[in-house]
Amino acid sequence: MKHYILKLADDSLIMGQRLAEWCGKGPYLEEDIALTNIALDQLGQANNWYHLATKFFADGRTVDDFAMLRVEKEYLNAQLVEIPNEDYAQTILKVYFFAVYQKLLYENLINSADEDVKAIAIKSLKEVKYHKTHAETWIKVFAGGTEESKTRLQNAVENVWEFTGGLFDEVEDEKDLVELNLIPDSKKLYEDWKQKISEDFEKFGLQLPENNWMQKGSRKGIHTEYFGYILTDLQYMQRTYPDCTW
Amino acid sequence: MWEVFIQTKPGLSHKHAGTIQAATAEMALQNARDVYTRRKEGTSIWVIPAKYVVTSEGMDKEAFFDPADDKLYRHPTFYQIPNDVKNM
Repeated sequence: MKHYILKLADDSLIMGQRLAEWCGKGPYLEEDIALTNIALDQLGQANNWYHLATKFFADGRTVDDFAMLRVEKEYLNAQLVEIPNEDYAQTILKVYFFAVYQKLLYENLINSADEDVKAIAIKSLKEVKYHKTHAETWIKVFAGGTEESKTRLQNAVENVWEFTGGLFDEVEDEKDLVELNLIPDSKKLYEDWKQKISEDFEKFGLQLPENNWMQKGSRKGIHTEYFGYILTDLQYMQRTYPDCTW
Repeated sequence: MWEVFIQTKPGLSHKHAGTIQAATAEMALQNARDVYTRRKEGTSIWVIPAKYVVTSEGMDKEAFFDPADDKLYRHPTFYQIPNDVKNM
């Protein structure tokens, strides 16, 4: 179970960290706040999952140790959350893909046999429902907007698509956890996710890429070339001033 | 531009909170939520296109407001408000 908790925690941490790069640089003030709210929600979810992870690992490591002091290969996040934001279409598309995933995930985890997992899922579900609503609103705007906005969104789909499969890659012990009703089956989750995305894309007038080849290595500590740079930003303070607090 | 009105508790009136920009009504509502209710300020939001606000700005202020100056009897200050009545 501990690796599964860690994969959820790492997804949220890195998603939040990446989105926070837009802080102060959003397309306009209101949207800047909207996106950083989403980033903060993700950091909050990460915090909750890491707290739970400290219980499962029970090896004396704190939340900060997990978030700030591991090396690249120890992070189990999907590659989707670490790839660059690029333009706003790509950023929003990532939020949308991830929010649809998280919504399905949490709708399942609210029935988990583990009470702590259940509690975090109930709280987080409300947040990700809004993330999905907000991202969807923008996707409709981009898809139904100008030639430029539609082209940028469609380009983003081509860039991002191969990283989506990794969200559903499994950590080693998942099969047993599914049988114990602790977590949903990631393969089933992927089918549900893909169906939802296909329906939405048809509504939005967008094309899904024909090539369905997916990047490998998510959930195994294998990352894209961009990941080291995020960790450098994220961990700078703790590495430079060990144990600093404020 | 949109004017944002926030209701802090059910039953209270919506109060003007500020102004935001947004391309559509749907987006205006979301932006209002993100800008004005992120610290639990609200239970309901209204957004209204700023162009539809009719303002007394630019009108004769004296004719508009001064006549109320000496009509203190219009204040219902002679009633006792029961202790259980909140938000009056």
